[in-house]
Amino acid sequence: MTLSDITKGKNFKIKHIADDMVRLKSLRMGISEGSSLNCNQKIPGGPVIVKHNYQEIAIGRKLADNIEIELYSKDND
Amino acid sequence: METSNINKKIGLDQSKKKIVLVGNPNVGKSLFFNYLTNTYVTVSNYPGTTLDISTGKYKDYIVLDTPGVYGVSSFNDEELVARDIILSADIIINVVDAVHLERDLFLTQQLLDMGKKIIVALNLMDEAKDRGLDIDIELLEKKLKVKVIPTIATEKFNFKKIEEYIAKAKRGQDSLKDKFEKELLEINKDIDNRAAALLILEGDKNIALLHNTKEQNLREDIYKSRREYVDSIVKEVVTKNETKNSFSDFVGSLILKPLTGIPILFIILYLLYQFIGVFVAQTLVGYTEELIMIKYYQPFIIDLVGNFVNVQSILGKILVGEFGVLTMTTTYIIGLLLPLVAGFYFFLSILEDSGYMPRIAALVDRGLNYIGLNGRAIIPMLLGFGCVTMATVTTRLLGSKREKIIAIFLLGLAIPCSAQLGVIAGLIAPLGFKFFMIYIITIFAVYAISGTFLNKVLPGESTDLLIDLPPVRMPKILNVLNKTYLKSKYFIFEAGPIFALGAVVITLMKELNILEKIQNTVAPLIIGWLKLPKEATDAFIMGIIRRDFGAAGLYSLSLTNEQTLVSLIVITLFVPCIAAMLVMIKEQGIKQALIVWLGSWFAAFTVGGIVAFFMI
Repeated sequence: MTLSDITKGKNFKIKHIADDMVRLKSLRMGISEGSSLNCNQKIPGGPVIVKHNYQEIAIGRKLADNIEIELYSKDND
Repeated sequence: METSNINKKIGLDQSKKKIVLVGNPNVGKSLFFNYLTNTYVTVSNYPGTTLDISTGKYKDYIVLDTPGVYGVSSFNDEELVARDIILSADIIINVVDAVHLERDLFLTQQLLDMGKKIIVALNLMDEAKDRGLDIDIELLEKKLKVKVIPTIATEKFNFKKIEEYIAKAKRGQDSLKDKFEKELLEINKDIDNRAAALLILEGDKNIALLHNTKEQNLREDIYKSRREYVDSIVKEVVTKNETKNSFSDFVGSLILKPLTGIPILFIILYLLYQFIGVFVAQTLVGYTEELIMIKYYQPFIIDLVGNFVNVQSILGKILVGEFGVLTMTTTYIIGLLLPLVAGFYFFLSILEDSGYMPRIAALVDRGLNYIGLNGRAIIPMLLGFGCVTMATVTTRLLGSKREKIIAIFLLGLAIPCSAQLGVIAGLIAPLGFKFFMIYIITIFAVYAISGTFLNKVLPGESTDLLIDLPPVRMPKILNVLNKTYLKSKYFIFEAGPIFALGAVVITLMKELNILEKIQNTVAPLIIGWLKLPKEATDAFIMGIIRRDFGAAGLYSLSLTNEQTLVSLIVITLFVPCIAAMLVMIKEQGIKQALIVWLGSWFAAFTVGGIVAFFMI
C-alpha cells in the first residue's frame, strides 16, 4: 500500500520511497525507509500530514502516491 | 561555475576572516545575524541566482547570513548559495532548533564531517522546555566535540556567550565510517580541502568540476549512515517528559481539517481584509498619503526644488512634476506603499510565527496543483492582494522556474493589488450583487483558465509539497515587529529605486507624447470592441503607471452599470503597474516580462470584449 491509502491516526512504517530526491530530502528531515510514523491528518485529495516525534510534515498527494508503507498491527498502537 | 571565489563574487575583503551563520529554515538565524552586525549590513545579489546575501561586520570579521537549508548540497538555489558560502567559511555559527534536534543535527553533523570549525547555538530552548524536552547539553557537547550554547534568540539569551566562544570555534567529531574516510582522504590528497572533498564524495558535480576531478556516488550511503549516527546521538541526549502540549496540537489539527480549516481560513481572510483593506488602506493611508504627503510634503518639496530648477523643464518635471520622482514616487512609496506593505508583513509574520502559514499551504495544496503550483504559492498569491510588486519578489521561494513563471504571470494578470482593490470595491458596490458576482466569477475564471493552460503548455514538472509544519504557538510580538520592520525596510530599499525609475520612464513617455500615441492607437478598440467612451482610454493608460490611478480615472466618467463592469474587468486584467513590470524583468528577464505584459493586454481586451458583447 502507499501513503495515499493511509487513514488518519494509523501508525505505519516507511518501506520504500521511489523518488531519489525525495528519499534524500526526507533523510535529511529525519525520515528514512524503515522509520515509524503516524498519520496525523489527511486532507481529502490533498497532502498527507505525518508525525515523527515532534515533527509534522506535509507530503503532497503525488509524492504520497510514490511512498510505499506498511501498517503496524493493532497491538503496536 | 566558480565556487571558491566567494570574495570576488559578492565583493568581500579577502584579508578578513568570515563568520557564517548556518541553520535550517525558521530557526532564528537572522536574529543572531542582526545582533552581531548591528545595522552595518549590506545586501547584495548572489550572481547567477535571484537570491540576496546579507553581509555585515563584527569586530574584525565579516559575517555572512545564508538561506535556511536542511543540508549542504545543491538541490535548489538556496542550497547552492548556502553551500558556496559554507565552503568559504572560516568559522560557522550553526543555529539549531532544540525542538527539532533530530532534523537539525543532520546539518550540524554534515558540517562536522566537512571538518569546519563551528560552534552550535542550541536555540528555541524556551520552546523545547514548554514541550517537555530535556536536552543534556554536556553530553551533546561531548558527542559533537564542539561548544554547544543554549540560547533563546528572541530574548537575546546567552548571546554574550556566543560572542565569547566565536574565536574558540573548532573542528568536532566526524561521523564518517572508515570506508568513507578512506575514500575522502583519497580525494583530498589532490585537492587539499576536506569540505570540498566530502561534497565530491557525496556526488556534487559542480564542486568536482571545480577541482578537476570526478564526483563519487556515495551520497545516499553517507546520508543514511549520518542519519543513523545522528539518531543515536539524539536518543542519548534528549529525554521527553510527557507534558504533551495538547492545546497547541488541538489548534493545529483544527486548522488543518478542511471541515473546520476552511471556515477558519475565511475568517482569517476577512480579518486580513478588515485590517489591510479597511484600516490600513483607508483610514491610515488617508493620513499618510492625503494629509502628510500630498497636503504638507508635496507643496514643500515643489517649492524647495523650484528654488534650484525650473519646474517646467524636463528635469523639473522628472523631479517634481505630475509623476515626479520626489513628488508622486515619494508620495506613493511613503504615503501608500509603506503602510500597506508594513501592514501586510505584520499580518503575515503573525501567520508565519504562529505556524499557521504552512498549514494553509497544506490546506490549499490540492487547489493550487490544478494550476501547476503547490501550496507554498499561497504566500505570493496572498501578498499580491497587497502589492503585486512585493508578491513578485516573494515568488523566489517557489521550487522551480516553471512555478515562478506561472505565479508571476497570474499575479500580473488576475490579482488586483490593494491600491486598486479599494477603488474597484467603491465602483462595484453601487452596482449590486449581480454585477459583483459577474466580476468575481470572470476574474476567477480567467485566473483558473490561464493557470490550467500554463500548467498544460509549460514544459517540465512542478515540484510537490514537502514541508515541515512547525508547532502552533503564540507569536512573540517583538519578533513579529522585528520581522515586519526588516522585511518592509528591505522591500522599500529594493523597490524604491524601481518605482523611481518607473516614474522617470513615465514622465519621459509623457513629454515625448508616447502615452498619447498609445492612447490614440487603442482608442478604436475601446470604442468599437469594448463599447466604452473614448475617455476610458486615459484611465487604462494611467493604469500602466499605478493600477489604482487607472481605476480611479473611471470615477469621472459617466458610465452605465454594464460599462462600469466591463471597465473594471479590463482594468483588473490589464497590465501590472510599471514597478511590478520592472521587478518582473529583474526576476525573469525581459522576454518573460514582455510576455506577461502583452499577455495581459490580450487577456484584458479579449475578456472585456466578450463580456461587453453579452452585456452591452
